[in-house]
Amino acid sequence: MKEAKRKKEAAGTFPDEVLERVVGMIKSHKDRSAASLVCKDWFNAERWSRARVFIGNCYSVSPEIVTRRFPNIRSVTLKGKPRFSDFNLVPPNWGADVHAWLAAFADKYPFLEELRLKRMTVSDESLEFLASYFPNFRAISLLSCDGFSTDGIAAIATHCKNLVELDIQENDVEDRSGSWLSCFPENFTSLEILNFANLNSEVNFDCLERLVSRCKSFKVLKVNKSINLEQLQKLISHAPQLVELGSGTFTQELTANQHSELENAFSNCKNLHTLSGLWEAKALYLPVLYPACTNLTFLNLSYAALGSGEFASLLVHCPRLRRLWVLDTVEDKGLEAVGSHCPLLEELRVFPYDPFDQEIIHGVTESGFLAVSYGCRRLHYVLFFCRQMTNAAVATIVKNCPDFTHFRLCIMDPGQPDYLTNEPMDEAFGAVVKTCTQLQRLAVSGLLTDLTFEYIGKYAKNLETLSVAFAGSSDWGMQCVLNGCPKLRKLEIRDCPFGNVALLSGLEKYESMRSLWMSACNVTMNGCRLLAREMPRLNVEVIKEEGSEDSQANKVYVYRSVAGPRRDAPPFVLTL
Amino acid sequence: MQVSASGSMSTVSNDDNLVLSSEDSSSPDEFELELGLGLSLGSGVAKARHQALRSQYARILTAKDFPSVVSSASSSSLSSSSSSSSSSSSSSSLSRANVTAGTKRSADSVAVANGASQVVGWPPIRAYRMNSLVNHAKSPATEAFHSGEEENRCIRKADNGDGKKNGNPNDKGHVRSSLFVKVNMDGIPIGRKVDLTAHKSYEALARTLENMFNEPTTLVKLRLSGKDGPSRLLDGSSEFVLTYEDKDGDWMLVGDVPWGNRNYLCCYRTG
Repeated sequence: MKEAKRKKEAAGTFPDEVLERVVGMIKSHKDRSAASLVCKDWFNAERWSRARVFIGNCYSVSPEIVTRRFPNIRSVTLKGKPRFSDFNLVPPNWGADVHAWLAAFADKYPFLEELRLKRMTVSDESLEFLASYFPNFRAISLLSCDGFSTDGIAAIATHCKNLVELDIQENDVEDRSGSWLSCFPENFTSLEILNFANLNSEVNFDCLERLVSRCKSFKVLKVNKSINLEQLQKLISHAPQLVELGSGTFTQELTANQHSELENAFSNCKNLHTLSGLWEAKALYLPVLYPACTNLTFLNLSYAALGSGEFASLLVHCPRLRRLWVLDTVEDKGLEAVGSHCPLLEELRVFPYDPFDQEIIHGVTESGFLAVSYGCRRLHYVLFFCRQMTNAAVATIVKNCPDFTHFRLCIMDPGQPDYLTNEPMDEAFGAVVKTCTQLQRLAVSGLLTDLTFEYIGKYAKNLETLSVAFAGSSDWGMQCVLNGCPKLRKLEIRDCPFGNVALLSGLEKYESMRSLWMSACNVTMNGCRLLAREMPRLNVEVIKEEGSEDSQANKVYVYRSVAGPRRDAPPFVLTL
Repeated sequence: MQVSASGSMSTVSNDDNLVLSSEDSSSPDEFELELGLGLSLGSGVAKARHQALRSQYARILTAKDFPSVVSSASSSSLSSSSSSSSSSSSSSSLSRANVTAGTKRSADSVAVANGASQVVGWPPIRAYRMNSLVNHAKSPATEAFHSGEEENRCIRKADNGDGKKNGNPNDKGHVRSSLFVKVNMDGIPIGRKVDLTAHKSYEALARTLENMFNEPTTLVKLRLSGKDGPSRLLDGSSEFVLTYEDKDGDWMLVGDVPWGNRNYLCCYRTG
């Protein structure tokens, strides 16, 4: 017996290097977390072999803790502000400044290669610091960040000799000039991913052209609207191997010759699977794209106000489309075309072209959505902005597409009922959670009572993220969610009648969640203090605003943290 | 049905700096112009201004937009009015603590005009995208219908500010898109659209408007010479007045600025 046991133990022990090697192959963060919990050996193997770290809330942990645990990090993803900061609900100078992190990384991760930031404040000084202190730096991606200007980008271009990726997505960036592009040295050839679509300043086209021709491994190029069609043609002729292309302004008076050159350039792009940009795209020019669309899997038309006609004509050529982002200018007719031509579609996002047009119905309605659901049975991700919806339509939609993992429906007029029956939209979301058992993310809208939240609590067992606005009748609604959704990680609520009772009903829950946001609800300072007192491992923060009553806690942000209360909180953020 | 502000407004003037309402985003870098043309009799101007305010709510306010005197009324439930940028740096005259974004306090009567109050951060579209929508060349422009007592005709236009942003002249051979403006006349719920670029002079525009609405119109100040002779809209022989509404919500009489002047629109910026 003893011998058998000893043999078993011996067989179970690997030398550290082997264990590390094996664990090192685990890529998923969740799996790595799980592995690290098995035993001390595995914990160590995991921490030594880890090269990438994802920090979903920069205040949940400190740079010191991260660098102490993981000595060999090459790639960091950091997310900062609460998501509602995208909609101007968080005052400026709230925090999430990346600099403290960079300082720690300069010390502990001098070989850092990649940095991906979302909703962080990044100053030009930080970007300069990054460019100067990390000789191996290769990739930077910024989304929804603020605090920097094109000067900071210039620093990156100037000093990062091994840069492979420069990805400036939608940010609040001070666009001083396009001269940053000219900062890439003439002997610089490593760039593969360049996205400056959301910077508006004109860049030096000659520089850009030279850059694209000498960087032989260019895979992703997304230019801004200062680039016209003629210039685009030149760029893509230098890089027919492009996999993702974001065009510039897609309208220009072209000669017949230029037109056919453009067509040829696009026909040579055999590897294109993502297309975006297309500002001011006109029906006249879209056909040049057709030959490049055969293998297209992601089409982002969210900045191109197309009508249903030209949109449908384009879609005919995109049979393999899996992800589609459009403006609601394509209307229901356009969505019918989606249903007809894109059977492989998995993700659809429809943005409103004119969100404030209250008087006349424009855009898309429930019929368009229905049409998509009939034709695209694999749909699992939807973000849909509309002005009218019915319970019946949503029920049918999810019946057609039961595999939804992300269902974000925004009926733009707050508190609007089913426009045919005048009833609340409870049954719509009830249908969603009952039918779509794999639902991870849900955003609700329209007139909703507590019943919606009863449904969510009862059925949405895989729900991780819930966004609620102008909904609910009483504390009970929020309680249902907190008590019912075992996998809930992020809950963001605004303008709902949920108060202290609701807030406090989630006492134990919040430690298993990343964060809770409540604004313009009925929560008071006392309620928040109570929460803070009961749950010392949570950071309970109230954003104070001038003109608000002292006893009300108008904006509350609660999150778990092993780093303790923030040390960099501005005066208007009260940590309780 | 909109409640009109009573009394005459002193906003009909050439000085655009007069009125700086808290809805304005006055960042010098942004070139976001809402231009409205309107026919007005005296008291119609007040109403027009009121309507102008409503349309101005169709932008998102960021904290940077509020001047230091923040009326909680204006900030609260209503506007969403956008600072158009990305180009606004963090330096701003606004005191940081003075943010009222998202607070819902006093209901402003203007806000609930037509039942739909516009709130900060709603609909939930990322600020970047919202800004670029606002600056987008709108063609066709959205239609609005104004019903009301005063004889009032308003044309609204959202400018394509792209080419002029950050002082970059747009001379890359971009095809100039049509500038459709909406024309509304009080008492008539359905508006019309007019392509400004299809007209070569105020005369031509006035003529088109007359034909569209089949109403004789007048202009208090006549300052045009057109090939076809003055239209009744412009020569003072009609009971209507042709005015426009600039970004500040001021109602201005048409005709002061030469039609073909490229900077026509710039004149109405603050500063």
